Amino acid sequence: MSSTSTDPRLSEPRRAPAKGLTLSWSDPRLRAIVWQVVIIGLIAAGIWYLVDNTAANLEKARIATGFDFLGRTAGIPVGEYLIPYDPAVNTYGRAFMVGVLNTLMVSVVGVVLTTLLGTFVGIASLSHNWLLSRLCHAYVEVMRDVPLLLHLLFWYAMLLTLPTVREAMELLPGMFLSNSGLRVPLLVWEPAHSWALLAFIAGWIGTYLAQRRARRMQNATGERPRVWPVAVVAMLLVPLAVWLVLGAPFTMEMPVRSRFRFTGGGAITPEFMALMIGLVLYHSAFAAEIVRSGIQSVPSGQWEAAGALGLKRSVTLREIVLPQALRVIIPPMTSTYLGVAKNSSLAVAIGYPDLVSIMNTTLNQTGQAIEGIALIMAVYLSISLSISLFMNWYNARIALVER
Amino acid sequence: MSTATTTHASVARRDQPPMLVAGPIAWARANLFNSVWSSLVTLALSYFLIKYAISLIDWAFIKSVWTVPTDPATGRLDPTACRVAKEEGGACWAVIWDRYRFILFGRYPFDEQWRAAIVVVLFLGLYVVSAMRRFWRAELALIWIATLTAIGVLMWGGVLGLRYVPQDEWGGLPITLILATFGLAFAFPIAVLVALGRRSTSLPAVKLLCVVYVEVIRGVPLISLLFMASVMFPLFMPADLNPDKLLRAQIAIILFAAVYLAEVIRGGLQALPKGQYEAADALGLSYWKKTFLIILPQALRLVIPPLVNTFIGFFKDTSLVLIIGIFDLLTSGKVAVTEPIWQAFSTEVYIMLGLIYFCFCFSMSRYSRGLEREFGQSVRR
Repeated sequence: MSSTSTDPRLSEPRRAPAKGLTLSWSDPRLRAIVWQVVIIGLIAAGIWYLVDNTAANLEKARIATGFDFLGRTAGIPVGEYLIPYDPAVNTYGRAFMVGVLNTLMVSVVGVVLTTLLGTFVGIASLSHNWLLSRLCHAYVEVMRDVPLLLHLLFWYAMLLTLPTVREAMELLPGMFLSNSGLRVPLLVWEPAHSWALLAFIAGWIGTYLAQRRARRMQNATGERPRVWPVAVVAMLLVPLAVWLVLGAPFTMEMPVRSRFRFTGGGAITPEFMALMIGLVLYHSAFAAEIVRSGIQSVPSGQWEAAGALGLKRSVTLREIVLPQALRVIIPPMTSTYLGVAKNSSLAVAIGYPDLVSIMNTTLNQTGQAIEGIALIMAVYLSISLSISLFMNWYNARIALVER
Repeated sequence: MSTATTTHASVARRDQPPMLVAGPIAWARANLFNSVWSSLVTLALSYFLIKYAISLIDWAFIKSVWTVPTDPATGRLDPTACRVAKEEGGACWAVIWDRYRFILFGRYPFDEQWRAAIVVVLFLGLYVVSAMRRFWRAELALIWIATLTAIGVLMWGGVLGLRYVPQDEWGGLPITLILATFGLAFAFPIAVLVALGRRSTSLPAVKLLCVVYVEVIRGVPLISLLFMASVMFPLFMPADLNPDKLLRAQIAIILFAAVYLAEVIRGGLQALPKGQYEAADALGLSYWKKTFLIILPQALRLVIPPLVNTFIGFFKDTSLVLIIGIFDLLTSGKVAVTEPIWQAFSTEVYIMLGLIYFCFCFSMSRYSRGLEREFGQSVRR
């Protein structure tokens, strides 16, 4: 640029507009800061107001604060427990753990059964058999359009109208169904069984490794070595041999019927059964819809191409369609699983001692509502977070790898 | 078998009649008996279906009892006929006939229950009007405000010569509809704000608040929020200012529903093409003008079907107030069968409740599916 230029605009280099914050309402950054300060301030003031009220109310009502109550003897009778529990000596903390374990058990069993039933109904509703697919559609509509709580109350009432213990139905030899639940024979557990189980797990891992090797060899040479003989030997014959060598102990503890109750054997209470039936029927309807729409999202060209290669429909479904459908199925299925875990809290309505029901009794006895509800929320948040993390990991694993 | 081969075969062998390709028999062959497995499944299913349908009809209609006589000695109903029917495997619909007013309207004063009935009709009218696309404009908000006011006047009374009915005497279906509808009406604006806040780029603190709010509420069951409303909320408020139980539950439901609605709306905001945002910016519209004139009208339209589905879920979830002792439809049904003479007949009452919930949810889900199809068509075109 020549120095003889007379145009002042050219002699000075042009600068970008100032970056500094101007104290003007027309500066969007200033507005953003002011709005955020105002909103946070309002919320902080609201929280402070609530906390202040709470402190005053607690003091007036002479309610203790803190988690000391967890160490005191509970005295809550609990019907079902996975860890030993005695209301006379055990603490609120122990009762809390019993509740957490019950909730976890219901959630895990519920998720597994929901997946199985939902997948079955979802696939069956796409069947070429008109009757089967209509029935599955009707099942989905009826099950999901009724509130879960009504499901629970209904099934609980149904189970309680079953015959009394004296007239209990014997479904299979040694398996009794009555209004006090289901009684099943129980295997008397001995060390030999543990060893056989260990051998089975080892065999399972071995089969998995053999399957991986087979796949590798198929990819490399085109020939797939047989896996099923390995599976039979490792998972069936070896555990059986272990069990035989250790003396083949096999005694079943049969439930014995007396006039008013059963003794011995394993028991499933009507509360647990009603909760499971209700949770699984309700959520499997949603799961079925997710599976159905996931399978339908796979282009029909995939079915036709597999058919052209001469694959059977069942093989096509298992090897071609489901792996692709899973990518669509997993995210909504995650929220169904979260729903199962959260809705297991409805157990309180039919008296199954889950976390919410035990904490409800606790906070009625101690009056420490805030701590009780905080504990409930913390547990459910951790469960939800774990399910989300696991499903995200699984989703990432099966996601389409784009090159 | 395709038509071409059929013709060919029939030309080749005239002594055999051609295979049917239309009509009920051909349909059954294609859809019910197209393979050995399919035939087996059809036969097994038909067997069970017919067997259970017969026993269901037998239970519900043939062996059932519809009314029971009044015992002249005590002046009360005599449920003996029902007991006999139950022994023989029949339903006792007399319990519904006797208690239906209580199940539908709870403890609302008996002589004033016509008001509760009108409220239910008003709610139904409101849903129908909101479902019709020709009413989808700003005036709909006015219709909502007017109807909800009328509902408040009818339920409370105290004006226009109506007797005052305190809130703790309300019950039954109106409570369920109130919790769901008012819940939706108040949760919706909150949900829009939260969805916008969660997508905000210039207000990180607000975004963080919205994320925490959404994730925490989504991670806990509704029951814990209802417990919070029933036992913790009184601690939060000054001693002299304590809203009643119904309002507290309503607040919990609003906070809960807002989160789920917000996530659906956020989906709509994300699905909207970026060009719409940029075009609005290019026109020099302010944030609020851009949002309310350009973005939201399109984004909300996209998510109406999933919004209806969310509403269905949360219509069913209002039944959870049973656990904190609010008299909704499910609670009044449950209380109705605690009466000694009807104690053994809860199944019939639960089936009736199930039918009521089913009618609401099924019609809504049909509606949402219809909308989805309609919108899908316009997108495909």
